[in-house]
Amino acid sequence: MNKKQKKMLIRILISAALMAGFHFLPFTGYLRFAAYLIPYLVIGYDILIKAFKGIKNRQPFDESLLMAVATIGAIVIALTGDGDYTEAIAVMLFYQVGEWFQSYAVGKSRRNISDLMDIRPDYANIESDGKLEQVDPDEVEIGSVIVVQPGEKIPIDGIVVSGSSVLNTSALTGESLPRDASEGDEIISGCINMTGVLKIKTTKEFGESTVSKILDLVENASSRKSKSEEFITRFARIYTPAVVYSAIALAFLPPVIRTAVLGLPADWGTWVYRALTFLVISCPCALVISIPLSFFAGIGGASNAGVLVKGSNYMETLSRTKCVVFDKTGTLTQGVFEVNEVHHNEMDKEKLLEYAALAESASSHPISKSLQRAYGKEIGRSRVTDIREISGNGVTAKVDGKDVAAGNSRLMDTLGVKWIDCHHAGTIIHMAVDGKYAGHIVISDIEKPHAKKAVRALKDAGVEKTVMLTGDSRKVAQHVAMDLGIDEVHAELLPADKVSRVEELLEQRAGKGKVAFVGDGINDAPVLSRADIGIAMGAMGSDAAIEAADVVLMDDDPLKIAKAIRISRKCLRIVYENIWFAIGIKLVCLVLGAVGIANMWLAIFADVGVMIIAVLNAIRALFVKKL
Amino acid sequence: MKKTYKIDVDCANCANKMEQAAKETTGVKDAVVNFMTLKMNVEFEEGHDAKEVMKEVLRNCKKVEDDCEIFI
Repeated sequence: MNKKQKKMLIRILISAALMAGFHFLPFTGYLRFAAYLIPYLVIGYDILIKAFKGIKNRQPFDESLLMAVATIGAIVIALTGDGDYTEAIAVMLFYQVGEWFQSYAVGKSRRNISDLMDIRPDYANIESDGKLEQVDPDEVEIGSVIVVQPGEKIPIDGIVVSGSSVLNTSALTGESLPRDASEGDEIISGCINMTGVLKIKTTKEFGESTVSKILDLVENASSRKSKSEEFITRFARIYTPAVVYSAIALAFLPPVIRTAVLGLPADWGTWVYRALTFLVISCPCALVISIPLSFFAGIGGASNAGVLVKGSNYMETLSRTKCVVFDKTGTLTQGVFEVNEVHHNEMDKEKLLEYAALAESASSHPISKSLQRAYGKEIGRSRVTDIREISGNGVTAKVDGKDVAAGNSRLMDTLGVKWIDCHHAGTIIHMAVDGKYAGHIVISDIEKPHAKKAVRALKDAGVEKTVMLTGDSRKVAQHVAMDLGIDEVHAELLPADKVSRVEELLEQRAGKGKVAFVGDGINDAPVLSRADIGIAMGAMGSDAAIEAADVVLMDDDPLKIAKAIRISRKCLRIVYENIWFAIGIKLVCLVLGAVGIANMWLAIFADVGVMIIAVLNAIRALFVKKL
Repeated sequence: MKKTYKIDVDCANCANKMEQAAKETTGVKDAVVNFMTLKMNVEFEEGHDAKEVMKEVLRNCKKVEDDCEIFI
């Protein structure tokens, strides 16, 4: 509770006590009026002042004014009629209780969500003269060495210069899988150092570090307003004046019609009372608060699960995603190549791999790397001479005096070597030793462990179509797609082709839900921004991905895509619940008020009660762990 | 030029009113009030002094919602 809230609480209590106390006193007439004026003013003086200021500043449709008019009206009715002033005081009292509760609940949820997202490090340790000194992370310059002790957050991105430890990345990724860090490793801020002391040479300023970027992104996310929020803002702007004019009409028209047309008594009291009820219901606060709060909670919950949504508008789009387009390498597969098999070899399998690894020893291509890994032994560079890389085809070299050629079928053709085709999907490295065909090596990219499950989970989450785009060969692409259960494949695409494919899909699927593109953020930025919603994954530390995408998955688990969609669906469901619930109850109460069934108490519920329920409902969007 | 200011306001509708008032101030290209984080992002038009504009923004906001504050 802050100071304002405490003060308000005291006023509420005093006023309530006075009102209850006066009930037992035998005051009548003006004395009674004067007595009851005390609790009324205690609880409502600020509202009256605000209402007056509102008129002065020509902002008449202020809820303070509504409350002021409604309660003064009720007092006038009481003064001229039954002398029941409690209603006016109670209305004001309940209004203030509601306001107090709103302020408390919003403050509380604001803090809850901020705590959840609190990965901001408070300090960085710098060693000077053998002593550790705590400084503001903002003041640490690039290239300084910071010390991170066990249990502390890593404040700034950098490279470990000494020490080794285990890092907890859960604040960033939502996964508690620990990650090892030792000398020479690049590590990112926001992780928690678990076991050992690390000395880190910073490579970025604090403001450019991962943790700052993420915080910035999440905090600003709710500033990008969704369509629902815009709708509510527009609605509120029409709603309040509309209700006020209706109230005026309700106060004057029926009595006038009664006397002039029907010849009945005017019954002003009843109609003015009904009009006042109208005014109490008219505040749009329940709507205006609950919608952004739902989004804020949803975004907070998502970020806690390692899914960064860059704005409420993207939350909305994500929830309407019906078609998911994947990039293959790095998204569904690990982008790490592995030697699967060796076929048609006459010499020993190991020997063939050795030749291949040696011939490719000068290359850093992922495929060469995989050959070197499969060979597994130290590579004696001195055994290799005359290395010639034939771009796009392969390598020829002299290994131990023998002519070795390793490459694709085109290379074999140019060398005049007869090759045997492989029926396996994958990248095929044909080998020729001393001009004779020596067999081929099958290399393939490994699917991510959760890829299959992820595609299924998407279908379960209501995604109608999954598409895979890849620059890889048709055979490989189809094999992967079949295995994972993907509906449509487009292979052998250049980066620019991917954009046009996505554009085609956007056209095809116009009016049938949104199209999401999932990539790893490396060289697919144009596609990420072209799709209705771009999802980048494995983005920990990748600035490019954080910039280009609308939704960022902090780790590279494809299962998170479905989770992100489910989180957004839940959030949007709550948003719509709140819109319908709040507008519905208000309209019902307005009708009941007009025909005289609803009294001031119900009106207060329609205003304050609805708001509290909507706020509590909005908080549900925060809980996404089990989705 | 864009700047972010901390604000203090009690109700969500009032925050919307502040946003509207800020947007209508001369020198302000666009303004977004985020009630959840209690922040106001203001984009200024070229050739306007942010400090002067913000004074005006605060005055306009006070007109629509007396009980608000912008920490300039």
